[in-house]
Amino acid sequence: MTDGHELATTEADPIADPGLPEHLPRPTDVDPAAERRAERQVAMLFGISALFTLLFCVSYFVFSVGDHPSVVFGLGASTVALGLCLGLALLCIGIGTIQWARKLMSDQEIIEFRHPSGSSQEDKDATLEALRLGTEESGIARRPLVRNSLLGAVSLLGLPAIIALRDLGPLPGDKLSHTVWKKGMRVVQDVDGSPIKPQDMEVGQLVNAEPAVFFQNGPDGAPVYEGVELQTQKAKAAVIVVRMQPDDIKPAKGRENWGVNGILCYSKICTHVGCPISLWEQQTHHLLCPCHQSTFDLADNGRVIFGPAARHLPQLPLAVDSEGYLVATSDFTEPVGPSFWERDNYELK
Amino acid sequence: MRLTSLPFGIPGTGAAKRLAGRLSTGRRSRFAAPLVLVVGLLVTGGLYATLSPATAQSSTDNAAMVTKGRSLFLVGCASCHGKNAEGIQTVKGGQYGPSLIGVGAAAVDFQVGTGRMPMAQPGPQAQRKPPIYDSSEIEALAAYVASLGPGPAVPDSSQYSPSTKTADIVKGGEFFRTNCTACHNFAGAGGALPRGRYAPSLKGVSPKHIYEALLTGPQQMPVFSDGVLTPQDKRDIISYLHKNEETPAYGGFTLGSLGPVSEGLFAWLAGMGVLVGAAVWIAANSTRSRKKTHP
Repeated sequence: MTDGHELATTEADPIADPGLPEHLPRPTDVDPAAERRAERQVAMLFGISALFTLLFCVSYFVFSVGDHPSVVFGLGASTVALGLCLGLALLCIGIGTIQWARKLMSDQEIIEFRHPSGSSQEDKDATLEALRLGTEESGIARRPLVRNSLLGAVSLLGLPAIIALRDLGPLPGDKLSHTVWKKGMRVVQDVDGSPIKPQDMEVGQLVNAEPAVFFQNGPDGAPVYEGVELQTQKAKAAVIVVRMQPDDIKPAKGRENWGVNGILCYSKICTHVGCPISLWEQQTHHLLCPCHQSTFDLADNGRVIFGPAARHLPQLPLAVDSEGYLVATSDFTEPVGPSFWERDNYELK
Repeated sequence: MRLTSLPFGIPGTGAAKRLAGRLSTGRRSRFAAPLVLVVGLLVTGGLYATLSPATAQSSTDNAAMVTKGRSLFLVGCASCHGKNAEGIQTVKGGQYGPSLIGVGAAAVDFQVGTGRMPMAQPGPQAQRKPPIYDSSEIEALAAYVASLGPGPAVPDSSQYSPSTKTADIVKGGEFFRTNCTACHNFAGAGGALPRGRYAPSLKGVSPKHIYEALLTGPQQMPVFSDGVLTPQDKRDIISYLHKNEETPAYGGFTLGSLGPVSEGLFAWLAGMGVLVGAAVWIAANSTRSRKKTHP
C-alpha cells in the first residue's frame, strides 16, 4: 500500500472465523402451498385496506359534526371513525407490503464490501491538471483589470440585499414607549368594562383590567378602537389590579402615592418576551409568568425575583376620581413589555 | 256595609256616636290595658314569626350550632388555628395556622367541604381529599367561624346552580379565559405554581365550592369579590365550566387537556416506541425451512 494505509498483520487468529451461517430457504421457497398462502395473505391485507378506505368515505357522510355531533364512548364519532379507518387502511398496506417482501420477494443474501473513501491518485492528478489548465487558458492571472472588475461587480451584489432590508421599516419611533393610558382614564374590568371602586376590592383580590377607552364609543358612535388597532393597543395596555395589606408594600422612591389603600396596578405583559401574566399568588404577592417562569414581587415594585426577565414589571400609578372609581394618574412611566434596542434603562431606586 | 257603621267613621252620625261611646266606656275597664298588651304582643309576635321565620328560628338553632361547631373546632382545628381561631405563629414569625376571624362561613365550607382542611400533613399546599366531616358538622364549624367576625356566607343554590342559557355560557367563557385560565389551564385542568404549589384541576368540583373559592380566595388563589366579579358573572363562569365538562371530547382523547406536553410525550414515547419496536421485531423474526428447494 502506498497511501499510508497499512494492513495490520496478525498472528493466526486465536478463534477461527466461523464465516457466514448456511443459507436456509424460507418455507415459501420450498413449499408451493405456503407460497400460495402467503400470496393470499398479502392480497387480503391490501383488500382490507381498500375496505377501510371505503369505510372512511362512508363515515365522512354518516356521522354528524357541528353543534350536535355524534358521540361514541364520549368522543366525537366522526373523528374517531375517520382516524381509525384511514389509520387502518394505511397500516394494512404497510403490513401487506412487508409480508410480500419477507415471504415472496427474492431471498438472496449478498455481501457488499466497503470501498476506500479517498479518490484514486489518477483522478486527483487529472483534477489538478484541469484546474491549472483553466487558470492558464482564462488568463485571469495575466489580466488584473478583468479580475478586479469582476471582483468589484460580484461584491457590489450584496448592496441590493442591504437596500431591500429597508422594507422591514419604518422604525416604530416612540410607539413602543406609549400606551393608551393617560391621566384620569378609568381602570375597568376586562370583558364587561365595569369600573372598579376601591372598597369593592378585598385584600387578596386580583382584577384583570383594561383602560376604559376600549369600551367607549367615539363622537361618531363607533368604538374608539376596534379590529386590529384594538388588539394592538390592548397588547400594550392590559393591566392587573391587585390589593394587598398596605403594610406589606415596599414602594420605591417616588412611588409612595402610586397605590390606593394597598391597591396597585401593574402591566400584564411580561418584560421577558411579552406573555400575558396573571398567575398571582395572593399570600406571597408573587406574579408568575407561565411561559418561562419569570417571577415578579408585586409588593416590591414588580421586581424580578426569579427567571429570565431582566426588567421589573412596569407599574401604573393609580388614584380615585370624583365618583370614587379607580383611575390612572398618567401613562406608564416606562415602556411595557419585552426589551428592545432603543429602550432606556429604568432602574428602581 | 254602610260607611257610618265603620268604627272610625266620621263623627256626627248616630251609629258612630254610639260606637265611640262604647269604646270610651270599654277603655276605662280594668281589663283593657292587659288585653291591649296581650293583643299587641300576639300581633307583633305573629307578624314577626310570619315575616321572618328563618331568623327567629335559627337564632336558637344558630346558638346550638355555634356551640357544636366550637366543640368540633377545639378537637379538629385548634391545634393549628388556636383555641379561639386567632391563628398560631411559628417561632420564626411564619404562620402555623392562619387566623380564621373574619374568613366567613363560605371559606370554612370550601376548605372543609373539599377535604383540604383538616390538613393531613404540612406541605406547600393543602390538598383536596375526601371530606372528614359530614355536612351537618361542616355547617356547625362554619357557623362557629362565622360567629367570630363578619365574612362571606355560604352561597344559596340559586346563586351557583349552572345556567343553560347560551348567552350566560358564552359570557362565562370570556370571564373564565380572562381571569382563570392563567393558573387553571384553558380546560380547567390545573397547572403548576412556584415552590411545589399548584392550581388544582376544576374537573368534578361542585358549583358551590367553585363559587366559594372565587368569593374567598383560598390559599394562593386571589379573591374575586362580588363588587367586581358580580354573582351573575360567577354563575356564568360556573355555567361555562359545567357545559365544558358535559361536552364530549370531540377531538378524541384529551390526554388530560394539558396541551402539547402530554400530547408530545405520548407521541414520542408511545407512538415512536411502538414503531421502533415493530421495526426491530420485523427484522428479528424469520422462519427458515430445512426442506429442499422446490424445482
